Amino acid sequence: MNMDLSTSLAKKSAQKKTAEGEPPTAENQAPQAQAKPAEMGAAQAPSPEVTSRPRWDEVSVSQITPKMRADDLHASFGKSEVIKGISLPIAEKLVTAIIGPSGCGKSTFIRCLNRMHEVVSGATAKGRVFLDKQDIYARDVDPVRVRGRVGMVFQKPNPFPTMSIRDNVLAGLRLNGIRPKDPDGQVERALRQVALWDEVKDRLAMAGTGLSGGQQQRLCIARALALEPEVLLMDEPCSALDPIATARVEELIHELREQYTIVIVTHNMQQAARVANFTAFFYLGQLIEYNRTQVIFTRPKEQRTEDYITGRFG
Amino acid sequence: MNLGSATYVRRHLTDRVVRSLCVLGTIVALVPLFSVLWYVLVRGIGGINLDFFTELPKPVGESGGGMGNAVLGTLKLVGLAGLFGIPPGVLAGIYLAEFGHSKFARAVRFAADVMSGVPSITVGLFVYSLVVVTTKHFSALAGGFALAILMLPMVTRTTEELLKLVPESLREAALGLGVPKWRATLRIMLRTALPGIAVGIMLSVARVAGETAPLLFTAFNNRFWSTGVNEPTASLSVNIYTNAVSPYEDWHRQAWAAALVLLMTVLVLNVSARFLVRTRVRAR
Repeated sequence: MNMDLSTSLAKKSAQKKTAEGEPPTAENQAPQAQAKPAEMGAAQAPSPEVTSRPRWDEVSVSQITPKMRADDLHASFGKSEVIKGISLPIAEKLVTAIIGPSGCGKSTFIRCLNRMHEVVSGATAKGRVFLDKQDIYARDVDPVRVRGRVGMVFQKPNPFPTMSIRDNVLAGLRLNGIRPKDPDGQVERALRQVALWDEVKDRLAMAGTGLSGGQQQRLCIARALALEPEVLLMDEPCSALDPIATARVEELIHELREQYTIVIVTHNMQQAARVANFTAFFYLGQLIEYNRTQVIFTRPKEQRTEDYITGRFG
Repeated sequence: MNLGSATYVRRHLTDRVVRSLCVLGTIVALVPLFSVLWYVLVRGIGGINLDFFTELPKPVGESGGGMGNAVLGTLKLVGLAGLFGIPPGVLAGIYLAEFGHSKFARAVRFAADVMSGVPSITVGLFVYSLVVVTTKHFSALAGGFALAILMLPMVTRTTEELLKLVPESLREAALGLGVPKWRATLRIMLRTALPGIAVGIMLSVARVAGETAPLLFTAFNNRFWSTGVNEPTASLSVNIYTNAVSPYEDWHRQAWAAALVLLMTVLVLNVSARFLVRTRVRAR
């Protein structure tokens, strides 16, 4: 499925709709009035908020306008291969969730998307990953610059302990040798984006590590956003947070997808259902199924997906 | 019903005996420590006055005078040692922490461990043949160099160990922000470990400040003020030795005073280093 996508994906989906008459496209574009109620009825899933972009929830996988695209990606730690040839388009300005049992390669996969995988000694990656039209694994690509455009939020909140809240937000800029033009404004904007401003505006000079776990995680998201990345990768961003903090981060994801392409790895299937437009199910280093979130959670095509979602394994 | 038992009584007794032995051992260990402190304090306090820090030693027969030149000399020697020893030590520590898996790094680590056990007089001999013989004179430079060699393994290993204590997640955070590795290492890893490294450096300074053996034939001694770094230089530790073996009562008094000053310097460095660590832990 993904292989024949690769050539046409680079084009805009609009062009694509007219240019090709692929079966899935035709099926999906057909009577909308018919498709929608049926789906909602079956889903009972929390209906995703209406966004400014029309009918994103009716776009099928084959119609994705990709911001990034993995193409036959392999990744290994030493001799053991943990990603065994995954091809996956990532929709622009939408949320893509990656689910799957522990050890299936979810985290490794998104770490490949900004070349963080190779930071661990012994870790290697092979294949291609496109950011817009550029292969980030091409020989002349500087991984450091890739990471500037594809930001990352980690599982455990990791604000810099030697820096204040304010300096943490500006850290990405300063560490890259950029002198912020309007530091106060940038700090406020980034902190407002993550809905942390009101909570911390009176103690910006205090250590970032003095905040609660959920606040720290939002601070880390603000730190990543201050660099204005195009893509935001989130590696189980809520696994160390309590339900209330989790809810705040999820709200945040809803807001951020207006501006950013987001990929989120999660263990929590409800979370994927709540925040993601598309969901990919990984198993043992392979992509088993990739579709709209509603489809994955209501009528998966693969038995293994269904087994995992219904809790039969994993 | 009888709840007591012979086993219980026996255990209780064993506990008492072993515990008393431990307390006794502790006292035995502490007695020399405190008697040294006490004795140096009692004998040295009489010789401490402003003159001690500002005046030159008086010729034999005249009373009074001080050890200003030795106080300054020790500062100068320790300063030079820091200048020579700290930068390469910290850099080597960074190397070991960041690239510590290569064979070469393992060899460096092993060499540092061996070096920290080398008798200090050997280092003095080495510097004597390397610097003093080639330049044909004793100098503060040579003395500082010898002390730097003693500091080097300590600084290297503390830097390495403290860098390794910084959580890897911070490095990932920095790299994830598109920061080059070298800058992440310096501005995040080293910066986070810095208070601890500073403590390690203070302790190594305290250790070399009292060294005598490596100075005996490198910095040598000087009865007068030494200007610059290229001539023989007095130090408190060497002066304690030369004054103590002299037959003059007045010189002995000066030696005790010098010992007290040195002891206090080392003590203050040690205590403040420990205090730094403690406030840091509390701040977390």
